[in-house]
Amino acid sequence: MREAAGPVSVRSLRRAGVSARLAVGGVALGGLVVLASLVSLSLGPVEIPVGQVAAIVLSFVGLDVAEVGRTEQLVIEQIRLPRILVGAFVGMALAVAGATMQGLFRNPMADPGIIGVSAGGALGAVIAIATGLTGLFFLALPSFAFVGAVGATFLVYGIAAAGGHFSMATLLLAGVAVNAFLGAVISAIVILLPDNEALREILFWLAGGLDSRAWEHVQISAPLIVGATVVILLRARDLNLLMLGDDEAQALGVRVGVTRVVLLAAAALATGAAVAVSGTIAFVGLVTPHILRLVLGPDHRVLIPLSAIAGAVFVVVADTFARTIIQPAEFRVGVLTAFVGAPFFVLLLIRNKRQAHAL
Amino acid sequence: MQTGRAASIRADDLDFRVEAKALLERVRLHADQGQLVGLIGPNGAGKSTLLRAIAGVLQPQEGAVWLEGEELESIPARDVAARMALVPQIAPYTHGFTARELVLMGRYPHLGRFEIEGAADEAIAREAMELTETEEFAERTLDTLSGGERQRVFVSRALAQQPRVLLLDEPTANLDVLHKLRVLDLVRRLVDEGLTAVAAIHDLGMAARYCDRLVLLSGGRVLAEGAPEDVLVPDIIESAFGVRSAVYRDPATGSLAISLIEPADNGRAHAPSASVNGRHGHGAERHAPGGPVEARRRNG
Repeated sequence: MREAAGPVSVRSLRRAGVSARLAVGGVALGGLVVLASLVSLSLGPVEIPVGQVAAIVLSFVGLDVAEVGRTEQLVIEQIRLPRILVGAFVGMALAVAGATMQGLFRNPMADPGIIGVSAGGALGAVIAIATGLTGLFFLALPSFAFVGAVGATFLVYGIAAAGGHFSMATLLLAGVAVNAFLGAVISAIVILLPDNEALREILFWLAGGLDSRAWEHVQISAPLIVGATVVILLRARDLNLLMLGDDEAQALGVRVGVTRVVLLAAAALATGAAVAVSGTIAFVGLVTPHILRLVLGPDHRVLIPLSAIAGAVFVVVADTFARTIIQPAEFRVGVLTAFVGAPFFVLLLIRNKRQAHAL
Repeated sequence: MQTGRAASIRADDLDFRVEAKALLERVRLHADQGQLVGLIGPNGAGKSTLLRAIAGVLQPQEGAVWLEGEELESIPARDVAARMALVPQIAPYTHGFTARELVLMGRYPHLGRFEIEGAADEAIAREAMELTETEEFAERTLDTLSGGERQRVFVSRALAQQPRVLLLDEPTANLDVLHKLRVLDLVRRLVDEGLTAVAAIHDLGMAARYCDRLVLLSGGRVLAEGAPEDVLVPDIIESAFGVRSAVYRDPATGSLAISLIEPADNGRAHAPSASVNGRHGHGAERHAPGGPVEARRRNG
């Protein structure tokens, strides 16, 4: 390898081959996600030492390495582990969808919510809460949010494809319009709502949170998120070519129309599934791929898989802070991601002004 | 139908309309293996549109394109890309990719879905960059390169595709005189080694000097076709471009040279397509010879 010797500086990593960048990034971020999860599992009202946590996690897969306490085991199995898994899958979905949208729109400022998916999910959730359906059955909120998210995406896509001629510029503008409209509908519902309890529930949901997430939430979101991520991974190379423009991509063998629809649909499904179980968690989809791109370059074969892991790290860490900093109360993870993510992002932009400009 | 050897690339009676406007009308073109065919014509004549139709990037309403005897529509897009490359007129910006990464994209059509480019692909890319003298900025991102440098990188990418048919849309438009000659010399050499190429070229003298045959487009139709001597005659140049000219052998290069003398007078101006172009010839369009600014009215 060209850069085998010497310290792995950021620059030499950027210049390394696709497999080398994947390996280094995968090991580093993979280690981080394991570490963050272990620490997160140990923290909370019941403190569990990390060694105990590891023993308990190993006992789930049939490896009994040490005596584990029954209470600790229950806390981890029933409360902390599902919550962390939901957080990890949500982070994965948002970061992968963000990277995909940024590639499709050839714009590093694109966000998974750009095609109305978050606003649609929010409206679905608000309707479920305002009508009191959430009290009737457990899956009312996530299913309404999911239907809203996917419905809004269809609407935005339908507008952009109207008249038989699809355009990404129209898609962007339609997304802005639909986002604004759905936002207004949500505001109207909130204003007209007589019930203060429901109002509080809505505000909580809109701020994005992972409180009392259970295994059911993992079961409904993980298959969609993993499936969509695999679909996007299969097209990561095509995404590189789409960044050059439609003609270029076509001339290099990409079936542009089909590929774009598949990528948009997969990103929307992943985001919809995430929004359904966590509300709107801000900034993960924008900032995660952005940071990775600064370090590892824009190649989506590197960016997509590593965004998946980095997004998981981001949300798990943020949620750990959210549920521990003001114990026994809880902060909202969606507030925290923006609270910490935005200044960090600005700092990064200033420090990397030249590189950021090159993006 | 042609018997014997099929043309490497062949366009049969292409019609392409956008709404009521015909951008290509019954356009025919063919290039045999080892031929460089030049596409010439005024702005908006349909040169880029024709190249994009041949590349399969846009689908004409009528007619068909044949690649090495097979109908283009019946060949999977990736197989087409492994056999035919297109150098675009405007080399796009690409958010952070380095020149080397862009050239390596030329290898994608040759790789399996999960295959990552290996040492052999790296070597092909390096060689392609050496041919256009772009290896010195291999690690620079494309947005830090000048238009001409970027254009040469895109030529390298097309070469890394190892195509049997190469389509070039104004490959020398942004290049300085030295690199203009270098790129056209390179294309000529590859054609002499068996490549087939179709190139839209603005500079009539360059087109005459490097191409085996010329196809003159005007208003979406083929106005003339044949050896440079047969196409580049003052009457034809005047009817296509609305410019009076003199054509002679350049004693220094031995190839045809065209002196563009003046716009033909306004009353007689032959609008390239009278039906759509009523504004042509108000006399204010005097360009330096060979270097009119492409207006890109239709294809931009």
